[in-house]
Amino acid sequence: MTMPLTVRKRFVRPAWLATPVIIGMVLVVAWILIALTIPLWSPYDPIASVGRRLMAPDAAHWFGTDALGRDVLTRTLWGSRFSLAISVIVIVSAVLIGCTLGAVAGYAGGIVDSIVMRLADITLSFPPILLAMAVTASLGPGLQNAAVAIVVVWWPVYARLMRAQVLSVKGKEHVEAAVAAGAPPLRVLTHHILPLSWSPILVNATMDIGQVVLLAASLSFIGLGASPPTPEWGQMISEGANRFYNWWIAMGPGLAILTIVLGFNFIGDGVRDWLDPRRA
Amino acid sequence: MPFLVLGIVTAAFVISHSTQGDPLVSILGDRQMDNPEIVAAAKARWGLDRSLTEQYFIYVGNLLTGDLGTSIRTKQPVSQDILTRLPATLELVCAAMLIGSGMGIVLGVLAARFRDRAFDHFSRLFALVGSSVPVFWSGLILLFVLSVKLNWIDGPGRLDSRTIPPESITGFLTIDSLLRSDLAMFGEALQHLALPAFVLGWAVTGIISRLVRASMLDVLSQDYILAARARGAREGRVFFHHALRNALIPTLTIIGFSFAYLITGAVLTETIFSWPGIGSYAVDAARNLDYPAIMGVTIVGGLAFLFTNLVTDVVYAVADPRISVQ
Repeated sequence: MTMPLTVRKRFVRPAWLATPVIIGMVLVVAWILIALTIPLWSPYDPIASVGRRLMAPDAAHWFGTDALGRDVLTRTLWGSRFSLAISVIVIVSAVLIGCTLGAVAGYAGGIVDSIVMRLADITLSFPPILLAMAVTASLGPGLQNAAVAIVVVWWPVYARLMRAQVLSVKGKEHVEAAVAAGAPPLRVLTHHILPLSWSPILVNATMDIGQVVLLAASLSFIGLGASPPTPEWGQMISEGANRFYNWWIAMGPGLAILTIVLGFNFIGDGVRDWLDPRRA
Repeated sequence: MPFLVLGIVTAAFVISHSTQGDPLVSILGDRQMDNPEIVAAAKARWGLDRSLTEQYFIYVGNLLTGDLGTSIRTKQPVSQDILTRLPATLELVCAAMLIGSGMGIVLGVLAARFRDRAFDHFSRLFALVGSSVPVFWSGLILLFVLSVKLNWIDGPGRLDSRTIPPESITGFLTIDSLLRSDLAMFGEALQHLALPAFVLGWAVTGIISRLVRASMLDVLSQDYILAARARGAREGRVFFHHALRNALIPTLTIIGFSFAYLITGAVLTETIFSWPGIGSYAVDAARNLDYPAIMGVTIVGGLAFLFTNLVTDVVYAVADPRISVQ
């Protein structure tokens, strides 16, 4: 009797998919799923009072209830929608603005380059939270203005990255060929330079989302971002800080920020290890 | 450097002039806007009835003479408010820097020594949690557990609420109490300082320990280390005498760089620990839309950041003979 010979293809883990990256991805994907699906399975109403006030965690309310009798777990889960949405919008805007300015600066050179990069230098010479606080306060407190302020603080990072990329690609032969063939500058930039420049920016932007989650929550904690009764994490921790002895009010949102930022940091740490040219 | 100072001032001018469409709001705040006398006085002092160019020079002139405006909330000159609160923040940030770089270097070196073993994974986790956890939450939870549940430490603040703060010499309570050889006061100040400094230091441990680990591994793979080992140098000596000294040079830059994180963290840590420094001043200002105070802290923070970067560059050049100061 002959056994059929089967060759099973074994999954070979690619080098970039190190254990920290997997842990990070699990955390981040879990939060993205929660943010997308929470309206379908929300345990309670996030805004309404659903129990006695200030109840410690029990079987009905795993993370307890806050000063208005709202379920902390429910509010924490709903909070992911605000944090993730804001962070993604902020990062996308900062990447678009920063990359456009950086690409133009790098490609045009001369005075345009000087102006854009000096603007970036000035912005980066402020501690991020102070500049974000000043801009938010001057625009008026609120979640939208806080998002605008974080974009103002964040664009220079991508402008610098993009400029460096464009400068390194600009001298390549295929670009010279395109210029010699008579391609207009904008076409050279969009068709011959940008396709080779965007990947490090994508990697950086993904890893930065966690930092933006932290900064946005900080602004809300200070009272410049989301306002009650929005279930936003920073805002919820600020409510918890006012009720110091009811520790559970801040526990849920704190763990939420920790796990989501930790997820992005794990991914970032693993990817940096993988990109490190000194890696043995 | 001078260019960036001017840039910071200009950025502050632009922000305060875009405040809700009216720069006066950024000087007086909403409440005083109804009083025509105060409005007229402020307009004259900041030249708001002149052209924008003139306004800019008046603004810069006022800043150069140390006039950051008057706080709406405390009714004191902002520059004076900042000066009285500066030592508390500096003491916290210095202590946090010591704790953070100490933990970072030890963890980084040990992680490189036990690469890919249990300790390496633990140090990675500890470092990443530190840079991911919001300090305004870790501070809150640790304060609750250590002071309320376990009663190991006193509550928030720089001293016990019943203690009368001593007259300031340096403004650093730990140093002042030692100068007066008041050991009880020193112990109390140190005990109050320890937790906020740890919370803040933990936040920068990650960036430092990851860099120390990477540069230790880098240095350890070089030929002179192989040569030292070939000569029969003990592992401990190779590690600390030959490798660590070179590995620490890049760490100097990152410690300077981590100052930005420390400022950010200090703003939030001070709020949780009722620490009477610039950070909690900035947050109180932001909560009350006290624009002169917010702008004042932003300018001072920007200048302090520039200054640390300068110091870092100089220290770097001194530590590494291959680099010269131009």
